[in-house]
Amino acid sequence: MSSVPSISPVLPAPGSRVPDIAFKWVAGLAAAMIVVLIVLVGWQLYAGSRLSLAKFGPGFLWSSEWDPVQDKYGALPFIFGTLVSSLLGLLIAVPLGVATALFLTELAPLRLRQPIIMAIEMLAAVPSVIFGLWGIFILIPWLRDHLFVWLKHNLGFLPLFQGPIYGVSMLAAGIIIAIMILPIVTSISREILRSVPNLQREAAYALGATRWEVLKIAVLSYARRGLFGAAILGLGRALGETMAVTMVIGNRPVISASLFAPGYTLASVIANEFTEATTELYLSSLFELGLVLLVVAILVNAAAQLMVRGMTGSGPIKVS
Amino acid sequence: MIASPYLPTPGYARWRKLKSTAVTAILVVCALAVITPLFLIIYFLLVRGFGSIDWNFFTQLPKPTGEAGGGMANAILGTLILLAMASVVGVPLGILGGIYLAEYGTERANSWLRFAADVLNGVPSIVWGMVIYLVLVVPFKTFSAYAGGVALGLMMVPLVVRTSEEVLILVPQSYREAALALGVARWKVIMVIVVRTALKGIMTGVIVALARIAGETAPLLFTALGNTFWSHSLKEPISALPLQIFAYAISPYDDWHRQAWAGALVLMALILALNITVRVLSRDRSTTL
Repeated sequence: MSSVPSISPVLPAPGSRVPDIAFKWVAGLAAAMIVVLIVLVGWQLYAGSRLSLAKFGPGFLWSSEWDPVQDKYGALPFIFGTLVSSLLGLLIAVPLGVATALFLTELAPLRLRQPIIMAIEMLAAVPSVIFGLWGIFILIPWLRDHLFVWLKHNLGFLPLFQGPIYGVSMLAAGIIIAIMILPIVTSISREILRSVPNLQREAAYALGATRWEVLKIAVLSYARRGLFGAAILGLGRALGETMAVTMVIGNRPVISASLFAPGYTLASVIANEFTEATTELYLSSLFELGLVLLVVAILVNAAAQLMVRGMTGSGPIKVS
Repeated sequence: MIASPYLPTPGYARWRKLKSTAVTAILVVCALAVITPLFLIIYFLLVRGFGSIDWNFFTQLPKPTGEAGGGMANAILGTLILLAMASVVGVPLGILGGIYLAEYGTERANSWLRFAADVLNGVPSIVWGMVIYLVLVVPFKTFSAYAGGVALGLMMVPLVVRTSEEVLILVPQSYREAALALGVARWKVIMVIVVRTALKGIMTGVIVALARIAGETAPLLFTALGNTFWSHSLKEPISALPLQIFAYAISPYDDWHRQAWAGALVLMALILALNITVRVLSRDRSTTL
């Protein structure tokens, strides 16, 4: 890669080192921009939220009051909403995604693999706002009239499925998030499963294991850590999801045990209220919500990268 | 349950086989469940979108509520302008960064830079909007196409860096050595020989990044803002398809909902076109490089 020795050309080329050095510097600066941008993003959010940080202190994180009229702000309902909707999304997407990855690597006939992989890649290309549009007009009415009614009827004894059904809800947001993170969870799980040595599988088969036993003993247990990383990477995506979630979650800063109740997430409150923030403190509080989101997203992503990378060697993981 | 697979009880063997078959069936069902939403979305996009698309949609400005007709001509053009501006910001930065990683960086620095690029890639898109709002909207006291373009362009950087590096290191080392041996300056070797050789792959990465940001809404909300008229200058707020789709989707008017579906269909078609371009480009690449 960089092992080319810097040879001084035999022919006289006076002053020709300058463009070379300049080019190296320009490229170096561009690469350094990656780090500069991370710092810039963090610093700007911190600068934007200084007012709110000074006024509310750490209590901001666990205050559940969000009252623009009284100029009092707290992050708890949004943190709650972000966590619950993301975890719901993971709860649905991870089993489905891993199962699909297993299907693709272990079972599917070769002819079927490519079309399915392409379909999943296409799903990844659908923009958030189109998921939201589809969510509002197709998914929500169906959930409201069928799935939610069924859940309430059959599982209504759980506090999760009680209360009035509006359609827009935490559960709807979780389902939309699940659909949106399925492609990344599936494709990374697939990479991980493909890195499981065939020897593992053959050894298990040789012991007389059935197909499921091979998957369980040889494949899944070997890939466990990487699959966990895939799930965490999905979580990183889910936390920052904005548009589709904003369109289906109902946007009310309440903390409710019922998944049928509307909620609000960090990203969606910013999307909705940022341009309407009437006071300095209001805007600053929104920036602090952004800061919370950024910190959580970066930590989650970094952790996931380390986990997945350790699993598949140093090879770059395609994050589409 | 792996208790004792050694016991050759016929009942137990049957039970194991049954379980295996059941799991196989479950996996098939899961795979079907994963691709179903895609077909549902495409189906409804086509059905609802085509019903509302007409010539006016591509030529007219949005009409106020109540008036029939109107289109998204300004939003379509706005999206194209924003993509062009994003490319101006993101592509040179990304490719140069990729060049540094592939040609100059030490292994140690590179692994850190790659990690940083992946972390940057994970910054939520809404956060980009807020940051650019502070950097480019507040000082100039106006939402602008510039701000929107920069927000999208910076989002492209980590992706373009990673994909450029990946294809640049595929260029055979002998190409570089041959050119250097002829006395060509290093920067010329890189720009003329190495980048030219990997150009198709780099382009593929750029288009992947464009397809990714073409549908982004969140970073535009507080930067480009949206506009129901033509923008006469890049210093003015500008409309974009995702912004217009969002605004119409959450409005209470049926007419606007129809327009939102039509806009979504056009946006999806644009993104698919970009993805198909990628596929064609990378198919060629696999045979040549």
